[in-house]
Amino acid sequence: MIWLTWRQLRGSAAMTAAALLVLAVVLALTGPDLATRYTAGIAECAQDGTCDRFYDQFFGAYELPFMAVTLVVLLLPALIGLFWGAPLIARELEAGTHLLVWNQSVTRGRWLAVKLGLTGLVAVAAAGLCGLVVTWWSDPLDKSAAESLALMAPLVFGARGIAPMGYAAFAFVLGVTVGMLVRRALPAMALTLAVFAAVQLAMPLLVRPHLMPPVTSAFELGRANVENLGMTREGGGPVRILLRSALPGQAGAWVLSSTLVDRSGRAISDGDGEAALQVSTTSGPCSPSGAVGRGDACMAEINRLGYRQRATYQPLDRFWPFQWIETGIYALLTLGLTWLCFWWIRRRLS
Amino acid sequence: MTAVLQAQGLGKKYGKRWALRECTVEIPAGRVVGLVGPNGAGKTTLLKLAAGQLQPTAGAITVLGGRPAGTPEQLGRVGFVAQDTPVYAGLTVADHLRLGARLNPRWDAAVARERVARLGLVPSHRVGRLSGGQRAQLALTLGLAKRPELLILDEPVASLDPLARREFMQGLMEATAEHELSVLLSSHLVSDLERVCDFLVVLVDSRVRVAGETDRLLDTHHRLTGPRRDPGRLPAGQHVVSASHTDRQSTFVVRTDAPIHDPAWTVTRLGLEDLVLAYMDRRTVAERRVALEVRR
Repeated sequence: MIWLTWRQLRGSAAMTAAALLVLAVVLALTGPDLATRYTAGIAECAQDGTCDRFYDQFFGAYELPFMAVTLVVLLLPALIGLFWGAPLIARELEAGTHLLVWNQSVTRGRWLAVKLGLTGLVAVAAAGLCGLVVTWWSDPLDKSAAESLALMAPLVFGARGIAPMGYAAFAFVLGVTVGMLVRRALPAMALTLAVFAAVQLAMPLLVRPHLMPPVTSAFELGRANVENLGMTREGGGPVRILLRSALPGQAGAWVLSSTLVDRSGRAISDGDGEAALQVSTTSGPCSPSGAVGRGDACMAEINRLGYRQRATYQPLDRFWPFQWIETGIYALLTLGLTWLCFWWIRRRLS
Repeated sequence: MTAVLQAQGLGKKYGKRWALRECTVEIPAGRVVGLVGPNGAGKTTLLKLAAGQLQPTAGAITVLGGRPAGTPEQLGRVGFVAQDTPVYAGLTVADHLRLGARLNPRWDAAVARERVARLGLVPSHRVGRLSGGQRAQLALTLGLAKRPELLILDEPVASLDPLARREFMQGLMEATAEHELSVLLSSHLVSDLERVCDFLVVLVDSRVRVAGETDRLLDTHHRLTGPRRDPGRLPAGQHVVSASHTDRQSTFVVRTDAPIHDPAWTVTRLGLEDLVLAYMDRRTVAERRVALEVRR
């Protein structure tokens, strides 16, 4: 049975292995160089305190390969579900070959177990390897990335660590289940893709923010969390302030919500994080005459008046706990679908 | 004598439609059994139930004394060649033999190799490129080489040309004689089965209409031709299978154990094909319906 499963898988497995090998070799060759440049750059910028600029330059230089490898890791589970999962049983049912193989001296339960086990193991290994190599390679870039592409950012989180293994296992078994229910390979592939995409969207939007209770706290306003501070050149009118989805002292945190609150704790910013502050712009540090030193004095005045950024966020140090929890959730989903597969092949496909 | 297959009130329902119902039949061992019936009569359903591919909705079925496909041992004792003889198009002939060897503890590699060589199949060829007849022969080889006690074949020759049909049947007969196995095969053409079957099951409209040894069936069925007569006025021992009438003449196919003495009848012996057709013929039923409508 193992021989037959391997015989049916080996073509596509060899292709996948070759593609992953090329990726791994390229990353292995460029990775050490990337790490060296990062270390050297940090050592240099730490002396004159220009590390923000170094991060931007360093990340900007490698943005394209960074996005490319991230995309590869994100897409691999979907491809596995599509091309290994969906046709695994559906193609047998379509061609009628299940009638041939179910009448050898092997029960169909064992047949399914070996097919699911072996192919699933190869799938998880491929995704795991790919995910870990990319995590290793992109480590310096992850440290330099802006908030929207940091480790905890929805787009990047799923392409790092061990989560890709969970995704691959789930996508594979999802494909198998859909194929078994639909009984035709092509519609099963389409349906698998749609369902998997929906789950992958729902996870960061609806589930992941609540894996652990998010932290809510207030932050003083400063250059890290204020995108823009605006006042009219001739004075008069309110000070307009635009918040960034970043937190001072919490680099790489996943900011779920960020609002500007006044002294009494009332939210005053709109949905985009923009607010008009009741600060005198005719006299004092926020007036045209007082606005020296790039608005730092005005910012201090705003802080003194009790304006704060209130943010709900998941800090960066929860990256690994989140990875484990999320992988666990996908493992549970995988187990549930596997159970459904066995139940279905015994009860319904007969 | 032991039975290879015993069905008690067996039924299978797909949604709301019964594909097979109230099937009670017993098939003795050591026979070549033909299962005949029109398309959609439930032949495939019965064979799939026997092979354990389907679970019955009602009733029970025992094959070789066990539940079909219940255990690997049971699977090993029954060979099944499904309709259209499915094989893996992407694998080679040799791969298929290896598949059989890996998945069957009782696999007879010598038989498989010898059959493949005799059929002129090249082991390194992909099965997708074989002709329909060659594919059927390969599927039969797989079924035979696992050394089953009962071999079930579902319409094995349906897609073959007449020459390939004859070759396939011949190969099947030789193998049957050689390995002493029971065979259960279906067809919607009686001519396919006529020469090879010694037991016949006729399935019409998802019910078993008649089952028995071919010779005995031929001995007990007669065609009666004579002056027009109502079927109700035939002697009690004569069961009417089909009836047709012209203005003056009636033709009946009857089943009876007793000899027919009535001098008014011309009695002719039936061929197997006529016998089966008489059972498939639903004119008897249709005629009654027409009569009712006219009366209204």
